Amino acid sequence: MSVNTDDMVRVFERPRCLTDAQFTYCPGCQHGIVTRIIAQTIDELGIQERTVVVAPVGCSVSMYEWFRCDGIQAAHGRACAVATGIKRVNPNLIVFTYQGDGDLAAIGTAESIHAANRGENITVIFINNQIYGMTGGQMAPTTLIGQRATSCPDGRRAQVAGYPIHFAEMIAQLEAPVYITRHALYDQKRIMAASRAIKKAFQCQIEGKGYSLVEILTNCPTNWHMSPIDSNSHLMNEVVKAFPLGDLVDRS
Amino acid sequence: MAEAAICAGCRAYFGYPITPQNELLEYMSARMPAVGGAFVQAESEVAAINMCYGASAAGVRTMTSSSSPGISLKMEGISYLAAADLPCVVVNVARGGPGLGNIAPCQGDYFQATKGGGHGDYRMIVLGPATIAEAIELVTLGFDLADKYRVAVMVLSDGMLGQMMEPVVLPEPVDPASLPTKPWALTGAKGRHPNAVTSFAMDPVDLNRINTQRQGRYRQIEEKETRYRETETSDATIVIVAYGTVARIARTTVKMARSQGIKLGLVQPITLWPFPSAALRSLSSRVNTILTVELSAGQMVEDVRLAVGDRAKTPFYGQLGGLVPTPMDILNEVKRHVS
Repeated sequence: MSVNTDDMVRVFERPRCLTDAQFTYCPGCQHGIVTRIIAQTIDELGIQERTVVVAPVGCSVSMYEWFRCDGIQAAHGRACAVATGIKRVNPNLIVFTYQGDGDLAAIGTAESIHAANRGENITVIFINNQIYGMTGGQMAPTTLIGQRATSCPDGRRAQVAGYPIHFAEMIAQLEAPVYITRHALYDQKRIMAASRAIKKAFQCQIEGKGYSLVEILTNCPTNWHMSPIDSNSHLMNEVVKAFPLGDLVDRS
Repeated sequence: MAEAAICAGCRAYFGYPITPQNELLEYMSARMPAVGGAFVQAESEVAAINMCYGASAAGVRTMTSSSSPGISLKMEGISYLAAADLPCVVVNVARGGPGLGNIAPCQGDYFQATKGGGHGDYRMIVLGPATIAEAIELVTLGFDLADKYRVAVMVLSDGMLGQMMEPVVLPEPVDPASLPTKPWALTGAKGRHPNAVTSFAMDPVDLNRINTQRQGRYRQIEEKETRYRETETSDATIVIVAYGTVARIARTTVKMARSQGIKLGLVQPITLWPFPSAALRSLSSRVNTILTVELSAGQMVEDVRLAVGDRAKTPFYGQLGGLVPTPMDILNEVKRHVS
């Protein structure tokens, strides 16, 4: 039976602002979903020609190769400072950082908080998977109490390592940020909600409103030592208890 | 130096307070917005240098300044600037170290500035002004060299220069729009392939190729950009090598020595990297003694000795902790080496 493709409507395709390069994420990792959502957002908003990708150190270190946008690779934790430098000299550019929990909330805490406090007109995408993925599964500032990691093999203990840091709640105390929200990707409904949040965060920047941060709770099947499905269940049943979903600030 | 930077077309400054360079930050806080440039008082030196990394990548002439302990914090960012081939001017108003040290003039940062400081195989052009007029001249030159070779340039001054007042003539202001365009800059991928600014190269073959190309550029800089000033060296039997504030003091020492019949000359390296090794090597066959004077325990003297070998005597005289020798102190040291 032959199919007449002329009558078909294309409803799904690779975002135009992605290159042909393959993502380097592990199988089952939700980083890829977030990266794709960003690409779709750039397409939908028509900003590919003025977007600058600020790639972190971590699993997304090569992100500038995946987008048909100008891009820069920042030193570990410094993405918000680098984004500040770019945006301040060329406010017409749309600048976003994509940072993991170690990058944003450990080594880059100062840069991340102060960019938020200055109300830099940038968009920060914060991937919280509660572990250092690229370096092989060490404890992150967001690692849950009791969660095992290669640098806390018996599980995180509050007595020696403190508690999972709630970065979004911390900067929600500041006056400058326009939009701070936390999402997860464990089902289709949540993925759609995260897509809307990321689009809104970029719109805040386009409209010159100021700083926004979208935190996305994601899995790390490789370093959690779980199947993708089990990791998704863990995300849905455990992680969201420690990191409640929803908007923390919306002054947009 | 701040106004010289503005004249050179610098339109982005990011800094953090530290004595004795606060005046530069304060001046920029008012002046940079007045010329439509970007100014941020950063949360740290680390943040400031990374803001420079971003602003420079966006194609704008960019500057930061600090003093010794703050420069240590900037070293990570300087390594990344070097590795991403980004131009930037970094002013170090050096103070006493190590550690917190003090805020007096010192030249203990020579190794850090000229031998790396940050990680990896890289070089920074290092310029050593001896007067405010030279500082202005070298800031101007620094921006041009930084853009030409896509390298970071350090202006290595000290607490004496940083706190001094002298009348100067400023250069003609450059319109940033008239500067050569930077096709590699992040300006938005409109009508062209995307630009990437990165220091990441996972494949050793790639990194070897990139690093080897960069070393080639460094060899060009050594060949074309080495600068120094010779004073009274043509008939000298003993020559002082000194940079920065010490070179200025030593100029007086040369006059004093000459009036006493001592054939003393002076070589002032203007570029500390690339170091004027060839000039010293050729000089070493004509003089008996090449005396290095520094506000340190002896750092530049290692470069002098590498250049001179055993062709001449290469004693060292230095003061530490922020003490500054008088012309007479240096003359007394010269006399110890003149038979």
